[in-house]
Amino acid sequence: MQNWIDAYSVVNLKFLLQGLWVTVEISILSVIFSMIFGSILGIIRYSKIPYVSKIVGFIIDIIRNLPLLLIIFFVYFGLPSIGFKPDTIPAAILAMSVFESMMVAEIIRSGIQAVDIGQMEAARAMGMRYTQAMVHIVLPQAYKKMIPALVSQLISLIKDTSLTTIIVVPELMQHAQVIYGQNANYIVPMYLALAVLYFIVCYALSLASKVIDRRLA
Amino acid sequence: MKRLKYFLVLVMSALLVVVSVGCGAKPLSQQDVLQNAKEANTIMWGVKADTKLMGLIDVKDGQTKGFEVDIAKALTKKILGKNGKAKFVTVTSQSRIPLLKNGNIDAIIATMTINAEREKVIDFSNSYFDAGQSLLVKDGSPVKKVSDLNNRTVIGVVGSNSVENVKKYAPKAKVLQLQDYAQALVALKSGQGDALTTDNVILAGMAVENPGYKVQGGAFTTEPYGIGINKNQPAFKKALNKAIKEIEDDGTYNKLIKKWFGDVPGFDYKEVLR
Amino acid sequence: MGSLLANNWHSFLTGFGWTILSSIVALVFSLIIGSLFAIMEVMPNKVLRIIGNVYVEVFRNIPLLVITMFFYLVIPLYFVKINGFTAGTIGLTIYTSAFIAETVRSGINSVDIGQMEAARAMGMTYGQAMRYIVLPQAFKLVIPPLGNQFINLVKNSSVLAFVAGFDLMYQGNAIASQTFDTVNTYIIVGLFYLVITLPISYYMRHLEKTLA
Repeated sequence: MQNWIDAYSVVNLKFLLQGLWVTVEISILSVIFSMIFGSILGIIRYSKIPYVSKIVGFIIDIIRNLPLLLIIFFVYFGLPSIGFKPDTIPAAILAMSVFESMMVAEIIRSGIQAVDIGQMEAARAMGMRYTQAMVHIVLPQAYKKMIPALVSQLISLIKDTSLTTIIVVPELMQHAQVIYGQNANYIVPMYLALAVLYFIVCYALSLASKVIDRRLA
Repeated sequence: MKRLKYFLVLVMSALLVVVSVGCGAKPLSQQDVLQNAKEANTIMWGVKADTKLMGLIDVKDGQTKGFEVDIAKALTKKILGKNGKAKFVTVTSQSRIPLLKNGNIDAIIATMTINAEREKVIDFSNSYFDAGQSLLVKDGSPVKKVSDLNNRTVIGVVGSNSVENVKKYAPKAKVLQLQDYAQALVALKSGQGDALTTDNVILAGMAVENPGYKVQGGAFTTEPYGIGINKNQPAFKKALNKAIKEIEDDGTYNKLIKKWFGDVPGFDYKEVLR
Repeated sequence: MGSLLANNWHSFLTGFGWTILSSIVALVFSLIIGSLFAIMEVMPNKVLRIIGNVYVEVFRNIPLLVITMFFYLVIPLYFVKINGFTAGTIGLTIYTSAFIAETVRSGINSVDIGQMEAARAMGMTYGQAMRYIVLPQAFKLVIPPLGNQFINLVKNSSVLAFVAGFDLMYQGNAIASQTFDTVNTYIIVGLFYLVITLPISYYMRHLEKTLA
């Protein structure tokens, strides 16, 4: 029934690894973008700037509470109506970055809140500006506290790239579907391969985060 | 605090500018797709990547191959000349019309039937292939014809008109819409439905690869496939129709029919020669 | 947009109903299963601890879509036919229960160990102490993170669209490809999701403030 040997032929494995590489690419770029924008948005929301913080907070809450699948559709089908026509991979990166930025923003905001307000006051009392105190005193401590939450968000991001198969992004899940779509006897070997590959990447990350956490503690 | 505030206000306004510049782009309806294609020397085609014989991705080299891909290449050469380039974007039944309307692609050549519903939102070229909707079932299935689907479950694909057609011929059938034909076929094999319905040519391709499954009951609709393009593109439409006529006349069309459908069991290629 | 909603309200509401049903069923079962595995993870018995740990790590690190498609396409080949809605809900339950197990475990661990010792010293068995002393306190601690898990669960239920599970996203896809009004359809779908997720989200924030 299931043809294990042919399923794991060199050609198929190569095709799967190509997919894995796209998954990794999308994940890395999305992590970078969402860390940057997430931090900015998180700080804006925390800073209580009149109007701006409220509006940003509202946008964060809306996007955070929508399924990622919808964000992917909006980026791929909706953005072109305002003149921006991303290809599938850039669309995937953009959708993941927007969604994850909002999640990161929330983590950052609660992280900053958790750093004692006294820290900020002490830094200001020593003559630092708000920005200096934020960058040199508050944020480093906040990041340290946020590492577990950020890493688990990062792992979610990698897993969530599988959803982009719906707009035919050539990533791991999509490539596996192509292979078993052409020969249904490969389906069990393909799902096993998917489970193992995603698990290796994600579990390695969570182990790494535990090590970092222990070092910092 | 103040400096940070100014910085943030700056970032926000930069973002706004980017968005509004995007809004300023010329709407598609005012552009001449044919003119743009000639300038870029490229036509962007939306093709299927999961449909054997029509458009299927080859695991070995990642290229999409099939009858429609070859037709698209031939038409591109006729319209843009020998050095014209055909670029391919993978679409699904769900994504093809939004992508065309948004301008990601210039034309759809992806097993799409010309019908009145779609003609409300897009235009079609003359037909380039005549298919008919049929059923794929397991050997020995009690489903002999489309009306047998009443009170049974039938699998289709999101965005295809086969799903709507079944509702006409078998109003009591339960319809499951999956993402693409690859998933639909696997779902049929897993017993999620009693039959898979779409056009006979797609089903014939599946039956070849899957012993124990057969195309059942003949075609119950006619499905002329047309190339989908945006509305208000008379020049592009004319060029496409002319190119289709040309490849029919010079024998390219029949050669491609023979290449792809010449030895598909259960599908008589002579019926679709032109 | 109004006419889109008016013409398709039946489909939207059907989808909304299936989404809510799937989310609630998955929530109930993943709370039960998640708590069981969390307790296994803190048991003195090493074998149970390892089993609990493996379950959590495996299902936290595999995409929900992979788990769901596995139940929809593979399980019926060998065992029993599972329809899209059930396959999706099983996938959601397994996936979410791994996260809930992790949340509850850290809740249990943050209850002072003295509580357990005191209860044992008063003659309670391990099970009794767990049930009457430790777990009630742990649950109070984990209510806010559990709320977030429920929001994730509702959002993740959109995975049912991949397996024809009749949920909101599935109906949205069908409506979008029949009306060709893609963006407006997905805006309506989005509003339906927000009706469920936003209130929970704000309530959780309120709760966090009052508990803190």
